[in-house]
Amino acid sequence: MSAKLLSMNRITKSFPGVNALKEAGLQLEAGEVHALLGENGAGKSTLIKVLGGIYQPDDGEIFVNGKKVTIEKVTDAQANGVSIIHQEIVLVPYLSIAENIYLGREPLTKSGFVDLEKMIVDSKKYLADFGLDLNPKTIIRELTVAQQQMIEIIKAVSFEAKIIVMDEPTSSLTDKEVKSLFQTIRSLKKRQVGIIYISHRMEELFEITDHITVMRDGEYVGTVKTKETTHDQLVAMMVGRSLSNIYYREKGWETSETVLEVHHLSKQGVIEDISFDLKKGEILGFSGLVGAGRSELMRCIFGIDDYDSGEILLNGKHVKIEQPNDAMNQGLAYVPENRKDQGLFLSKAVDYNMSIKILDKFIKGLRVNDKVEQQQVDHYINELNIKTPHAKQTVRNLSGGNQQKVLISRWLATKPDVLILDEPTRGVDVGAKFEIYSIMQKLVEEGVSIIMISSELPEVINMSDRVVVMYKGKVGNILNGKEIKQEQIMYYATGGGKR
Amino acid sequence: MTPLTYENGKESIWFKISHAVTGFVRENMGILIGLIVLCIFISIVNPDFLSSNNLMNVLRQTSTNMYLAIAMTMVIILGGIDLSVGSIIAVTGVVTTLLIAMLGFPVWVAVAAGLLVGMLFGAFNGYVVATTIIPPFIVTLATMNIARGAAYVFSDGKPVRVMSDSFNNIGSGYIGGFLPAPVLYLIIILIIAYIIMNKTKLGRYMYAVGGNPEAAKFAGINIKKIKILAYTFSGLMAGVAGIVLSSRMFSGQPTAGDMAELDAIAAVVLGGTSMAGGSGKIGGTVIGALIIGVLSNGLNLMGVSSFWQYIVKGTVILIAVYADVIKKRNQL
Repeated sequence: MSAKLLSMNRITKSFPGVNALKEAGLQLEAGEVHALLGENGAGKSTLIKVLGGIYQPDDGEIFVNGKKVTIEKVTDAQANGVSIIHQEIVLVPYLSIAENIYLGREPLTKSGFVDLEKMIVDSKKYLADFGLDLNPKTIIRELTVAQQQMIEIIKAVSFEAKIIVMDEPTSSLTDKEVKSLFQTIRSLKKRQVGIIYISHRMEELFEITDHITVMRDGEYVGTVKTKETTHDQLVAMMVGRSLSNIYYREKGWETSETVLEVHHLSKQGVIEDISFDLKKGEILGFSGLVGAGRSELMRCIFGIDDYDSGEILLNGKHVKIEQPNDAMNQGLAYVPENRKDQGLFLSKAVDYNMSIKILDKFIKGLRVNDKVEQQQVDHYINELNIKTPHAKQTVRNLSGGNQQKVLISRWLATKPDVLILDEPTRGVDVGAKFEIYSIMQKLVEEGVSIIMISSELPEVINMSDRVVVMYKGKVGNILNGKEIKQEQIMYYATGGGKR
Repeated sequence: MTPLTYENGKESIWFKISHAVTGFVRENMGILIGLIVLCIFISIVNPDFLSSNNLMNVLRQTSTNMYLAIAMTMVIILGGIDLSVGSIIAVTGVVTTLLIAMLGFPVWVAVAAGLLVGMLFGAFNGYVVATTIIPPFIVTLATMNIARGAAYVFSDGKPVRVMSDSFNNIGSGYIGGFLPAPVLYLIIILIIAYIIMNKTKLGRYMYAVGGNPEAAKFAGINIKKIKILAYTFSGLMAGVAGIVLSSRMFSGQPTAGDMAELDAIAAVVLGGTSMAGGSGKIGGTVIGALIIGVLSNGLNLMGVSSFWQYIVKGTVILIAVYADVIKKRNQL
């Protein structure tokens, strides 16, 4: 057999404190669609960034058509026929289709001006090749997301790319648009282009790919023929690790008192017909892959975003939540996923950040009662064991774990009945993780109900009384007690069990 | 959607021109109507407005703002802003007149030196914006102060008088007896700007850098170079305006061009260019500048005091931009 189109062998890459890739690899043939599969954080994106010249590997070799290559920058990747279609669309909104396809390598006329006519005529050919009935002069902003994605693909093809990487290409497409993308992929296959296809959606992988390479924790797990594998086998490959018992929690909430009920909540294109309930003193885990709609659901419940239909009941009563303030008054609290952008005022002090939500407690008219504020702040610094020299320390200077604790304390100060934690331990070290788990445990003992969104399976499994698994904006299943296992969660999170 | 007109080979030149004109009208329908209504209103109140003398006057008075606004359009499309142009007007005027009056330089040498001073200030803006993370607003705010200060230092705070016909003709002369010289410069600048924005890589890259810097980077565009060029052009245009103004005032004045940057920005925004960068057209800016020019000319003809003119101008800008935003939102 002739040489492989692409071989990535023993690629190793570490970042300070993390081994992102450990001898990972990938073999790609010409004319095949090869899926790269793995949990969040399995190292897929890192591997692709090495191929695209965005990261330099610490070790390992890359061969294109049997020839060893070094890819040090983006242009090296292009020169080797590699083109990457990123998850977010990178087109210039106010330039035309033709101008975007040729951005950075415009053809020139003899007099040195941009040859617009050639650009348009050539672009039209490409558009026709892909069966797109579009005017090349159309401004990108006027296209649908799917059309923009097609233009990205056309751009990649017009570079004469032999290897095209598609990173979650269908995450913002409708079913119909996915169909036309697949047609495009099939026509690329005929031209002997090799395609690396990253997606979490199993049914897509079974429809379009020839081989599937599974990664886990930065390592190569194995490659299987799509025709000869099953959903179950892939899930087993993805999760096949033993659970380290980072935190063991005695489960079993006695009460059957329901605090929060959500019925048939829908928002066009984001979430669909979501129903679940939350018991008093329960930790309800929300699992799912990136883009499954978990945070979006919480934003709707908390009144940050509007929803189209459905209802929310608190303690058996209908509630109207139109803005975060309503949610707060109803006893809800939401600690967002991205604490730096959405939560903390980084350049302000610990006490400022803690008391911002409860200012009316110690501001009476024009008088600010510093003493009460001070007591509150000290209380939480002790209670949550926040490691800060004093309450006036700037939050930016705290560690990630302590920043997270400051943010949690801000919401605890509002005395919520329902606490929504979105990725509560992302980016914090093991010790702080443990402390955050203890805080959660203490809260549920006090009767607070917690919704925890987490992408870390061990965390979800160890902490949750029940787990809602989401897939493509819908509830895949709600798992209970003994059903809460890695394989089960991953099965539903990748679209298993769907009618 | 427009039909695919290039299907049968090349378009005829007339087709191209008519296409460009209809496109221009369609894109700027809102403010074009505004401009026409404004003209009709003023000419009803004071028929003198429509005299060819007055119309040439409007064009001449508007032309310096247009030099600035054309370059400002490019800078804003790039995602930047240039607050320093008003002060650069003063410093170039002072330098040029000093060279003629105090050092006896030939007029053309002094003019070239003045333009160079403008370009250097612009290049400095561009270099700092492109190579540091200081926001353009701050960079050019600083340059605004530096250039204004330099104008005061060089002139010792006093107007620099010039008695030279050839210098005075730069701003006050007429071409062929009817076309004011500043309007001729405007036509030349417009042609150059049109070519830059529509025929060269540079123009395209400005939209790319302002619209999606990430995409520009992936396309291998030299973002720094584009920024430096755009700000340099802006400095150069301020230099042209500075020389024209000092020529018309027979002197270089350190107070010249005060708040000129704001009129230029107003023209750009009236013309539909987004302050967020990435979109906008020179054509819209020209109409925007005309609205501002016609408005102040009309208010003068009507005898409205200059104090009230500020209030009217501010109100018109607010209403016009709001109407434009509403219109664009409804189109989507």
